Amino acid sequence: MSMTKESDTNDGIGARQQTSFRSIVSHNLLRPVIGNSFGVKEGKMWGILRQKAGGFTGVSSQGLGLRLWPVTSALRNYSSATKEMTVRDALNSALDEEMAADPNVFVMGEEVGEYQGAYKITKGLLDKYGPERVVDTPITEAGFAGIGVGSAYHGLRPVIEFMTFNFSMQAIDHIINSAAKSNYMSAGQINVPIVFRGPNGPAAGVGAQHSQCYGAWYGSVPGLKVLVPYSSEDARGLLKAAIRDPDPVVFLENELLYGESFPVSAEALDSSFCLPIGKAKIEREGKDITITAFSKMVGYALKAAEILEKEGISAEVINLRSIRPLDRATINASVRKTNRLVTVEEGFPQHGVGAEICASVVEDSFGYLDAPVERIAGADVPTPYAANLERMAFPQIEDIVRAAKRACYRAVPMAASAS
Amino acid sequence: MSMLQLLTKTRTCGVNFIIKRMICTNYYLTSNAYDQANVSSSFSLIGVGHLRRNRKPDAFGFGFSDFSSSNRGVYFGGRYHSSMKLAGEQILSEEDEDEDRDEEEEKQGFDFPGGKIEYTTIINFLPGSFEKRVQCYRVLDEDGYPISSNMTELASKEVALKVYKGMVTLNTMDKFFYEAQRQGRLSFYLTSFGEEAVNLASAAALSSDDIVLAQYREPGVLLWRGFTVQDFANQCFGNKAGHGKGRQMPIHYGSKNLNYVTISSPLTTQLPQAVGMAYSLKMDKKDSCVVAFFGEGSTSEGDFHAALNFAAVMDAPVVFFCRNNGWAISTPVTQQFRSDGIVVKGQAYGISSIRVDGNDALAIYDAVRNARQIAINEQRPILIEAMTYRVSHHSTSDDSTKYRSTDEIEHWKTTHSPVTRFQKWLERKGWWSDSEEAKLHVEAKKEVKQAIDEAEREEMPQLGDMFTDVYDVLPSNLMEQETSLRETIQRHPMDFPKNMPI
Repeated sequence: MSMTKESDTNDGIGARQQTSFRSIVSHNLLRPVIGNSFGVKEGKMWGILRQKAGGFTGVSSQGLGLRLWPVTSALRNYSSATKEMTVRDALNSALDEEMAADPNVFVMGEEVGEYQGAYKITKGLLDKYGPERVVDTPITEAGFAGIGVGSAYHGLRPVIEFMTFNFSMQAIDHIINSAAKSNYMSAGQINVPIVFRGPNGPAAGVGAQHSQCYGAWYGSVPGLKVLVPYSSEDARGLLKAAIRDPDPVVFLENELLYGESFPVSAEALDSSFCLPIGKAKIEREGKDITITAFSKMVGYALKAAEILEKEGISAEVINLRSIRPLDRATINASVRKTNRLVTVEEGFPQHGVGAEICASVVEDSFGYLDAPVERIAGADVPTPYAANLERMAFPQIEDIVRAAKRACYRAVPMAASAS
Repeated sequence: MSMLQLLTKTRTCGVNFIIKRMICTNYYLTSNAYDQANVSSSFSLIGVGHLRRNRKPDAFGFGFSDFSSSNRGVYFGGRYHSSMKLAGEQILSEEDEDEDRDEEEEKQGFDFPGGKIEYTTIINFLPGSFEKRVQCYRVLDEDGYPISSNMTELASKEVALKVYKGMVTLNTMDKFFYEAQRQGRLSFYLTSFGEEAVNLASAAALSSDDIVLAQYREPGVLLWRGFTVQDFANQCFGNKAGHGKGRQMPIHYGSKNLNYVTISSPLTTQLPQAVGMAYSLKMDKKDSCVVAFFGEGSTSEGDFHAALNFAAVMDAPVVFFCRNNGWAISTPVTQQFRSDGIVVKGQAYGISSIRVDGNDALAIYDAVRNARQIAINEQRPILIEAMTYRVSHHSTSDDSTKYRSTDEIEHWKTTHSPVTRFQKWLERKGWWSDSEEAKLHVEAKKEVKQAIDEAEREEMPQLGDMFTDVYDVLPSNLMEQETSLRETIQRHPMDFPKNMPI
């Protein structure tokens, strides 16, 4: 078994040993509780870790207390991934594999069956698994969310699709009051292994009622887990983890990312591949400033980092992957290294994800900050439709670059009266 | 002969359909006997329906759109169609039992999405209200005498006595817990006075494998299944002995072992959940169903419509049990809806529905038993509307004399008490006596008072219970918070209550 120690990323906080292993576990050995950085259930941490290989930055690790069942010889190094996969295919393959592995997993939502999915994420599943496991529903989010929760009360593992999370507001009572709080209110008697997934945030030219980002809303609810994949590997690994997780998970995708292709490693293509819930990923290492982002904004942040590189600023880009639980450890460790922070999100600024990250950093790493935290968020308006207005309502790459520069040239915190 | 008023919908798969509803009296649930009544020459078809392929054929006839005739609720002779039509077949009568029918009209139907519909040249709006309401199934009259002389033995002595004792225990529990709230020992409580039959007789007709999702006025169902008065008291007092670990406010009971899902406050959310659980049961192919209880007020919620619609479409084995008790806090039924109660709504969604006298324990027992059989054997939902009266205030936060007369409350409390009615029947059968009655009351009172005192004395839940069960596994952030809280308590004991177990 090869063990490589990642020395750069998590120094200092918690003295957490970061090791990466490579193992392949067959379906039968997989248990529903999969790697998450929360308290580890004894002997139940399974999963694949991507080995650090040439050309890749960043590692997904399991944290402490691993017990792995290595099957093959450990000294194989993977070369750079040869395969590219769209996020859509990544999600589709993840659903397919999880449905094949566990007969209790089923998909429910509007247009998921015959229509192959409003965004084709569930393509081919109806033919393969039949109408009992791919359920086309009448138009009632409140109805099918409630029904999904009920079926989860009795042991099924539903994956509920909202055509967009904007429509989830019609079902939000069931997500929060029937799903998130159930395990607690019932004193552990009723657990709800449900996944609510669908596109979240703005698309292109769809107006106010189709463009809101719900990361902050769901991220504030105890009892829920909220995941925000960016790349195809994120999509595969996190969706599989979500389906296997015994707690309710809100899985926020992005419509514009569905068609984007990303390279995927062979490990990620394996059907037992899983990413830990609650661990952020350092997409790009840097030493001058930390940029946190999630979903589509990760792509923007990476491009901004390239631009900043040319101007002599080395930016570290963190792909959050998980809004709840928020990987405060990774974020704080990074800020302690770089001393500056820019948070990026598409959602509304007030009470947003960036606000929580900022508070966390101020609470834990105040002494390390050399400049106030810069928050980039969507404009504080319902999304306008006109293309020029829409462009101005959401963060663009240039906004991230400018914010990073501001954070880099401010030496001391400004007076409170500054705007 | 038992009289049932049954509204059913027959369904066809595929494009063929004919009648939408059947309404009949003097109809045995298990037989197809019906009477013919005069057929008015002006009528129109009510709508479309379909039959499941594997469903037993039901007799049905046309419902008349012009309900001005007093025949509402009476079966109209009409065509009897075979239930096994394939998609695309023409509408042809196989047994034309009504020779007064107009031949031309029967042949002309239009193909629409969802099935063929016959047309009419007479413009006629379906009335929104009915002169004669859907009738109510009843076995015992107000004085506890069986109405029909050849009523078959519905319930055994053992079951009947358990039902009665449950009713009295429930009453006693309600009385003393209510008083405990008034004395400040409990923060909240709600009673089920007037609805004892609904609580106990329905539970008696179910099996322990049937899953119950209740609203909040059905603790009797849980009591029947084995939740003790002490368990109820522990939950209400939120102490550490309770199954609930002190997480929920009073009345929000639940027990996984007893197949009673923990009560959830938002109204009617339990209905779609029930359909989901039934869907899961269906996949398990178990000999059990799901029973969802709810009040008539909660049927105004969107979840009611989604759940019934979905249950019908998905063929979920759910029994929807509506307690129509006349009041939703201060809103009377006349302000809640304009339909003829809830029974017609079930039918509107394609669900067989029945209206039952909710203060008649035997009628409820019979109806639930039948409904359960249909739901399980035929894998489809059933709706029961139990007509009763909420003698209680809505809860301890309500004084219902502010919106209704004390005379009305007294009238229902005394004249229509389900407990008294059942008691009389039991006594006449020789199954119960006055001395046993006195003894039961004494025992119940003792049990309840003891339970309250015990529960009050019991320790509060410990601190750790605040953090567990948020997630399946205690997450690191909550572990940190708990550690930090314990440290703070140690450093500043004066800031924290003394009786809090750590």
